[in-house]
Amino acid sequence: MTSIITRRRLTFGAAAASTLPILGRGASAQAPLGVGFVYVGPIGDHGYTWTHNQGRLALEKEYGAKIKTSFIENVAEGPDAARAIRQLAQAGNQLIFTTSFGFMNPTIQVAKQFPKIHFEHATGYMRAENVATYDARFYEGRAVIGTIAGHMSKTGQAGYVASFPIPEVVMGINAFHLAARKVNPNFKTKVVWCSTWYDPAKEADAAKALIDQGADMITQHTDSAAPLQAAEQRSVFAFGQASDMKSFAPKAHLSAIVDDWSGYYIKRVKDVMDGNWKSGAVWHGLKEGMVKIAPYNDAVTPAARAAADEVTKGIIAGTLHPFTGELKDQKGAVRLKAGETASDEMLSKMDWYVDGIQA
Amino acid sequence: MTSAMLVSILMTLIAASTPLLLAALGELIAEKAGVLNLGVEGMMLCGAVAGFAVAFSTGSTGIGLVAAAFAGVAASMIFAVLALSLMANQVATGLALTIFGIGASSLIGAGFVGRTIARLQPVFPAALSEHPILRVIFGHDILVYLSLALVAGVSWFLRRTRPGLILRAVGENDASAHAIGYPVVAIRYAAVAFGGALAGLGGAYFSLALTPMWADRLTAGRGWIALALVVFSAWKPGRLLLGAYLFGAVMTLELQLKAAGVTWLAPEVLAMAPYLATIAVLTMMSLGRKTGRLDAPACLGKPFSAS
Repeated sequence: MTSIITRRRLTFGAAAASTLPILGRGASAQAPLGVGFVYVGPIGDHGYTWTHNQGRLALEKEYGAKIKTSFIENVAEGPDAARAIRQLAQAGNQLIFTTSFGFMNPTIQVAKQFPKIHFEHATGYMRAENVATYDARFYEGRAVIGTIAGHMSKTGQAGYVASFPIPEVVMGINAFHLAARKVNPNFKTKVVWCSTWYDPAKEADAAKALIDQGADMITQHTDSAAPLQAAEQRSVFAFGQASDMKSFAPKAHLSAIVDDWSGYYIKRVKDVMDGNWKSGAVWHGLKEGMVKIAPYNDAVTPAARAAADEVTKGIIAGTLHPFTGELKDQKGAVRLKAGETASDEMLSKMDWYVDGIQA
Repeated sequence: MTSAMLVSILMTLIAASTPLLLAALGELIAEKAGVLNLGVEGMMLCGAVAGFAVAFSTGSTGIGLVAAAFAGVAASMIFAVLALSLMANQVATGLALTIFGIGASSLIGAGFVGRTIARLQPVFPAALSEHPILRVIFGHDILVYLSLALVAGVSWFLRRTRPGLILRAVGENDASAHAIGYPVVAIRYAAVAFGGALAGLGGAYFSLALTPMWADRLTAGRGWIALALVVFSAWKPGRLLLGAYLFGAVMTLELQLKAAGVTWLAPEVLAMAPYLATIAVLTMMSLGRKTGRLDAPACLGKPFSAS
């Protein structure tokens, strides 16, 4: 498996253009279905992009010779991404996953030029006849780890290493903080914006700065395991992001929010094969298994475990919503009335913070 | 601000500055010999992955450091053969070396993603290196002290030694140096190799000390900052030290201010700060002299042929 990846990575430009005719010649019944992926980071980040690539590998395992996958990694968000997406479209892929928020406009733009190709954009909100969107309810996982943080923190302060203030990140911060505040009403969450998804040294320094300011729980919405290593070095606790990161910080790693895209990818490939693919929007969470909670560290106290399990169960059963009123933003405006829960519409546009967050 | 916090901030600052200082010091020597090697980022990544791979396989960070230096030299030799012997365009070759380094390190490192090793340890015994205050001075690993010693060494070499004078001559006027009988190309090879070794060590500082792991593009563009630092320093080792620590300070302070809840400064402004500082210093330097020349070695980036 590895050799396939490396060869593909080295010779992508040439291979993408040249393999098609070769395959066409050998195909007796049906040519394999081309499935392309556009990644924002390196597949070796052991974080967000890595999890999408795990989904791609799961596809290969599931369908074998019936499909042919390819990917382009380290694609910058913004207009230039159109080039990468177009390259995959021209190479004959019929289903293309663009896996980061900043690929939204380029995906829509390229999709117009290739009406017969199916596009899937992760974490965005713009759709078209041939562009579907999919997203994971990461905030559900954040509510679970926030509960653990509320129980385990001695200083009552968490440090949040964050990337950019987009709705997905903002709702994650709020969900984490609300869950922790439920346990400890005086809980504080401090955020440091790194203005990048991936810069291990900077992420580590951000974590250190937060620890200097008194945080004893580190959580993150960036892609590398560096904040966990910083937490391990300073003997505070931390939570993994996107994948189980225990190996980086055996003592500090209390749990992790794990993304699992394989179920969705396998289903969507099948839809294309059966001719049932339709545009739409899915937003899956703990219930559907797109978001998972990694095994707890031994250091997690029985009380914290029980409370976290209860939150998980409540979310899966639909009896608990991480955003339940009454909720006020920092200016004191009521955003949710008592008993009201946040609509998906409200979540996907969230640009305000609840009290006790320093962002 | 408590003293413990100040100590902690200083420790972070010194650690953040060290890889910049190492890589930039190597590039300074190469540029003093008249060679512009834009492949610093690529050489750093080669060093980072080699250092990690060897340290992981042997269990020794010391051997890892040696391997990192060798990997940096090996990468720099690709550049040297192309740019010095075959006289390819130095800018294009350097950029190619960076792109090559990104790809090669990712390929070599594929099997090491998710592995961890023990962090590079402080040099001095725990009584000093873990002392609440004195650790600012004694709490660092070998590369921090090595980088500082190298600043002094390089400064002395360039200013006070005959080989240093010859190296500068090769960078200022290659034709004259050649006419007197100095082997211009050989000297440039040596300078480029030195640059490669230090870039390799600078890269290894990420994978062995700052964030002891391998992940693709681990250095995240620090090689470009190192290149900017050489210009910032006006090719003077002392000023390079100042510049590297200034950059490290701004990078650290940006995060510390955010963590402390300073809201009157937008994070974007803080993120720009190091680069604004570069522009400001460059402007001040060129205002200070009538020619506007920044003390760059006269033959910087020009190919040389003995025939």
